[in-house]
Amino acid sequence: MRYIGIDIGSTASKTVILDGEQQICFTLPTGWSGKETAEAIREKLAESGGGESRVVATGYGRVSVDYADKIVTEITCHGRGGYHLFNKDCTIIDVGGQDTKVITVAEGSVKDFLMNDKCAAGTGKFLEVMATRLGMTLSEMFALAEKGTPLAISSMCTVFAESEVISHIGAGEKREDIAAGVVDSVAARVANLCVRHGIRGGAVLTGGLCESGYFIGCLSGKLGMRVESHPLGRYAGALGAALIAKNSK
Amino acid sequence: MLKLPENFETYMDARKAGFIRMQEAKEKGARVVGIFCSFVPYELILAAGACAVPLCATSDEPIAAAEADLPRNLCPLIKASYGFAKTDTCPYFYFSDFIVGETTCDGKKKMFELMNEIKETYVMQLPAGRTGPAFDAWKTEIIAFRKKLEDFYHITITDEDIRRAIKRKNHERQVTLKFLELGKLNPAPISGYELSTRMDALGFNLDIDERCKAVEQRTAEVLADWEANYKGKTSDRPRILVTGCPYGGVRDKIIKTVEELGADVVAFDSCSGTREKVEPVDETMPVMDALAKKYLNINCSVMSPNTSRIQYIGEMIEDYAVDGVIEIILQACHTYNVESHYVKKYVSGQGLPYLMIETDYSQADKGQISTRLSAFLETIG
Repeated sequence: MRYIGIDIGSTASKTVILDGEQQICFTLPTGWSGKETAEAIREKLAESGGGESRVVATGYGRVSVDYADKIVTEITCHGRGGYHLFNKDCTIIDVGGQDTKVITVAEGSVKDFLMNDKCAAGTGKFLEVMATRLGMTLSEMFALAEKGTPLAISSMCTVFAESEVISHIGAGEKREDIAAGVVDSVAARVANLCVRHGIRGGAVLTGGLCESGYFIGCLSGKLGMRVESHPLGRYAGALGAALIAKNSK
Repeated sequence: MLKLPENFETYMDARKAGFIRMQEAKEKGARVVGIFCSFVPYELILAAGACAVPLCATSDEPIAAAEADLPRNLCPLIKASYGFAKTDTCPYFYFSDFIVGETTCDGKKKMFELMNEIKETYVMQLPAGRTGPAFDAWKTEIIAFRKKLEDFYHITITDEDIRRAIKRKNHERQVTLKFLELGKLNPAPISGYELSTRMDALGFNLDIDERCKAVEQRTAEVLADWEANYKGKTSDRPRILVTGCPYGGVRDKIIKTVEELGADVVAFDSCSGTREKVEPVDETMPVMDALAKKYLNINCSVMSPNTSRIQYIGEMIEDYAVDGVIEIILQACHTYNVESHYVKKYVSGQGLPYLMIETDYSQADKGQISTRLSAFLETIG
């Protein structure tokens, strides 16, 4: 029996297959149609071997996975997956493409959570918009930010923050300083959300941003504590879904 | 239990039916006073031979028009109240002889100044305290409102009229409380969606005796159905207490969604829930003192401090065997938003999950709210 967790995020779709001792992970970009993405994942799953399986879908596009046996929210899945990766009660911070979540895990399950308001500030979407404005990819922006000194980007709104970035560009500021300012402002907003929610048992970062050491450093600085990450952090939601598939009857 | 009765009248149906009856009543010379809030001493309006109608305040539709005069960053209920008046789309506003407001929150009291330019809006000065000078001030306001009604309608309201009105209104409180307390049963005998819709739609019936009969009839029907078909079959659906701001404008987005996701909303600590109904007017005290005391004791967050609300939530959690608490905060409602700090602290301290949702009347956050509600229910398990 294979246990499959599929996390259809607003930007990237992550899949984790638990097959005996083996654990297979892969990511596909989420296209404009969640259904097509779900189909593409189904094809990849078929290539990786057939047999009996149980599928749990999660994430923003979870309802698009019409072959899922069960649908669970990304909050519960990140909690479950994060607990498995870090093997302790903790506070999970997930900066997603569409929203940012702070999840308290105690005794192995989600006890409480906070999501950002319906606004792109402090989410991966904000970083994407700004990277595009600076004419580079996300990873290029992170790499460049490391060399810069953060410029102030104080607007709470993505649209206004973008015009702040444009004024910085217009004023001839260095690209690395602007990039550092962008990352710094997201870290500040995420940290704000964490402080509002309260951190118990140490902070861990999951989701795509946990692959950026620079971002983790920024966030740790703002929170005044070390934020942990894990190489499989991006798969926390999908892993949680796969584990739920494994444990459900 | 999400099953709705076949003859279920939605809020909009009731609003429409009430409108036609209102027109007929007005043609026969009925006295009509428009109200927004449960702080208005209803008994005085009743004693004046008038009926009090709750005015429209729960739709997204007139908000754009309201935002021409009011700031965007204001509570949707206040914007909708004003928007309906401004666009002349609330038939009850249209038929009201005058409007009664009160200085509850800052947004409302300032909005009433603007509303007064559209139709006479009489504002009662509600203090934020409950005893000493606050009590005396509110009693003076109640006496002034009695005088206002006497002058407006050229009538005399006797203490005896008020005493009779107190009895009638207390009876209505008692029967509606019994209806709302159906939620104490397990399995929940009626959906929270139906309960809350009926509570809000009731106000469109101008006749207090008819309202009582309708509520008593539905209570008896539901109870009989429960006794015959559900008694003893305990349900494991999570039992939810809804607290916070008036939920009329977000009923579908929150209450209906929670129930569709597999929980039962069994208890309402809110304006059209049990909040105003649990304490009747004392029938033994002098009438003006009795009214002043009753209305000041309403557990609205505009009161400071408002510890009695937290205490009441504690009682409800026990009486309704609540598994989780959802607090509804309408955007820019500072008093409930700040007070949610204490609600969360108390509810979490009881070991129960708590979720606060800040929202407005738009549909923009429908998906996000649904995710939050699902995740919340997943934590209850």
